[in-house]
Amino acid sequence: MSEYRLEMRDVVKSFPGVKALDHAQLKLKPGTVHALMGENGAGKSTLMKCMFGIYHMDEGELIYEGEKITINGPMDALNRGIAMVHQELQPIPERSIGENIFVGRYPTKGPLKLIDHDKMYADAAKVLQEVHLNFDPHARLGSLSVSQMQLVEIAKAVSADCRVLILDEPTSSLTAAEVEALFTIVNELREKGVAIVYISHKMDEILRISDEVTIMRDGQYIGTWPAKELTTDLIITRMVGRELTNLYPPRENKPGEVVFEVKDFTSINPRSFRNVSFNVRRGEILGVAGLVGAQRTELMEGLFGLRNHTKGTITYEGKELKINQPRDAINHGIAMLTEDRRATGILGVLSIADNVSIASLNKYLIGGMVLNDKKIEELVQENVAKLSIKTPSSKTLIQSLSGGNQQKVLISRWLANDPDVFILDEPTRGIDVGAKYEIYCIIADLAKQGKSVIMISSEMGELIGMSDRIMVMCDGRVTGIVEGKDATQENIMALAAQFE
Amino acid sequence: MKAKKIDIKKFVSNNAIIILVFILMMITGFSTKNFFSADNFKNLLANMSPRFILACGVSGCLITKGTDLSAGRQAGLAACLSAMMLQKLDYSARVLTWLPSIPWPVVLLIVMVIMGCIGAINGCVIAFLKVPPFIATLGMQTIVYGACQIITNNQPLGGFEDSYLVVGRGVILSIIPYLAIFAVIIGLYFWFLYNKTRHGKYMYAIGGNENAAQVAGVNVVATLIRIYLLAGMMYGMAGFLIGTKAGGASTATGFGYELEAIAACTIGGVSANGGVGKVSGILIGVLVFEVLKICLQFLGVDPAYTFIAQGVVIIVAVALDLRKYLAKK
Repeated sequence: MSEYRLEMRDVVKSFPGVKALDHAQLKLKPGTVHALMGENGAGKSTLMKCMFGIYHMDEGELIYEGEKITINGPMDALNRGIAMVHQELQPIPERSIGENIFVGRYPTKGPLKLIDHDKMYADAAKVLQEVHLNFDPHARLGSLSVSQMQLVEIAKAVSADCRVLILDEPTSSLTAAEVEALFTIVNELREKGVAIVYISHKMDEILRISDEVTIMRDGQYIGTWPAKELTTDLIITRMVGRELTNLYPPRENKPGEVVFEVKDFTSINPRSFRNVSFNVRRGEILGVAGLVGAQRTELMEGLFGLRNHTKGTITYEGKELKINQPRDAINHGIAMLTEDRRATGILGVLSIADNVSIASLNKYLIGGMVLNDKKIEELVQENVAKLSIKTPSSKTLIQSLSGGNQQKVLISRWLANDPDVFILDEPTRGIDVGAKYEIYCIIADLAKQGKSVIMISSEMGELIGMSDRIMVMCDGRVTGIVEGKDATQENIMALAAQFE
Repeated sequence: MKAKKIDIKKFVSNNAIIILVFILMMITGFSTKNFFSADNFKNLLANMSPRFILACGVSGCLITKGTDLSAGRQAGLAACLSAMMLQKLDYSARVLTWLPSIPWPVVLLIVMVIMGCIGAINGCVIAFLKVPPFIATLGMQTIVYGACQIITNNQPLGGFEDSYLVVGRGVILSIIPYLAIFAVIIGLYFWFLYNKTRHGKYMYAIGGNENAAQVAGVNVVATLIRIYLLAGMMYGMAGFLIGTKAGGASTATGFGYELEAIAACTIGGVSANGGVGKVSGILIGVLVFEVLKICLQFLGVDPAYTFIAQGVVIIVAVALDLRKYLAKK
């Protein structure tokens, strides 16, 4: 019997055009939390999908409890005691919590294998209790918030009585209190001898919860170290393969006069944003802070015409803007980078060229009708060079790029329109450390050119490091605006938790 | 060496149906007489032309993750309307006795406009009311069929004017039917539309990710309506051509054409997942499907079995397409 619960050796996995894993390896000891770290596109998720049977590895072996095995799909993995909580949740919101927990392995009774609902709900209640959740298993899953759903997903993994548990960015939508709850569960599981793989971009979490850290870069194995021997700087250096001196670029923007003004902006949904007033100056970066549920995204989508409002005005340079749909906003010189890149940003099966040009095709016409392919290609090449987008060609499908490069393509899309106001909703979410810095540079540069930038972020450091002022929201209202130089984690949090 | 082997395997699985039909064509060609003849080639082109035009119409719906099940019936209605307007003045069973003689291009234009209106209704129902295209166009299919029965009084229509019949039967250089000219023009038009205009880019964007397209400022509603409207116009033209080619029209004309068109598009690489599809692919798809039918006919297969073969090909084509998508994931 080896000392490892599970070992992956020399794993190779290729996708068309990319070698996602190049002799990667991972060794999990029972009763430990093993952090898996690397930039986006380093192959962490791919490696986990190989372990969980979603992908088949091209080469390499998987040794589970001393035995070499092949995993044929997620069902097989679950049956062997390997469970995974996905980065992107896959719940069924219209069904009950209990059904979501037991979907695919419902308890049955009788010769007809009818579903034993009583047992299912009783078991579900037990499982929920085990992870300290007080939800009624009969309740519709959709009635929970996103973070609560995430906790249910974790309960689901725990209920499978797993021996290996993969947590892929489990805290990305959790509040601080919920993160604590999660850590309690993780600690309990560790004591039970479960081997836990923990993927996250949040350094403080990693250093707090994990026993060992494996770092990957470009699909390759860099090394494994005890967490005690590591610091944030060391991890970052090993992840990016170079020294990162500054987290945020120096900002040379000089905020001018107020140009963009929002007054008394109120949603038609009484539980969403209401009576919001704020302004942004020329060349200013306005950060927007708030907890999950503060309605920051909803507000921005309202300003951009994606959601309806009942009252309120938006003005730019004193002129009132009528915005009922995104097209209106775009025509008035507003650009918006949405929070969920995959759902509302990228056009996955389309090329980079198409993704860059889609919002500005009106500018590239011959005779008002025919698209000028040459001009479009110039635009794309210019942006690829300017934002250093890493891609083999402009014909490459955007879905084959890493998160950071996809984000740069989307920024290019808006740059092509030369807007005055940039709304950026979590611009660095799910983007690795190295690419984050590049995105920050782009944002700082936009402000320097005199654009007004509104940036929602849930990362305190990013807000404080990048913003000239920070607007704080709580429960649909603006609870305060903090000057960038006076901003601290404490005074922002105090405003963010100012419930009525 | 190994990498090359995988590529061959991939090529085969991506083009399985095309390869199978090619093999079938070779077998048929060498085991029967007259298969590789000018006459048969002319026949093939004539059969393909209206179907290609119809498939071009449907392709826009498919690329935006929709579908149009009313295509065949619309073509049928167009054929009947064309027939009614182009019967000989001295034909004894002339339906519209009051109607003067109209030149065929005018009739073609009229049916295209009428079918365009029906298509626009489809588009509005789908874009404004958000009815799933499958349901919306299934309903329209039945409505159009009913309307066609009322208009024609359920009587088959014949006795076409010679000028109309020439459109369907005329041949250039004894091998290229006039019908093919229509198909070439439409093919070029769609290629241009899909590759060189905003409409085309918006269409692919909506198919790729409707929400993202909206955020990027694409007028999703207008684009969808345009797509279904244009599709209707294509069914109008296809129906007009089907009528003259057959020399007669009835309520049964156009039955099942929508499935053939959807199958042809899918075989030709228009993905049921949206966002992907080329005009050249549609052409190949229509060709493959027609060749399959002609082969079965030459081999003396009972038409009833031919239907079964076609149905199987449709399902397999979609299954292979989705598999391609899964593999990419």
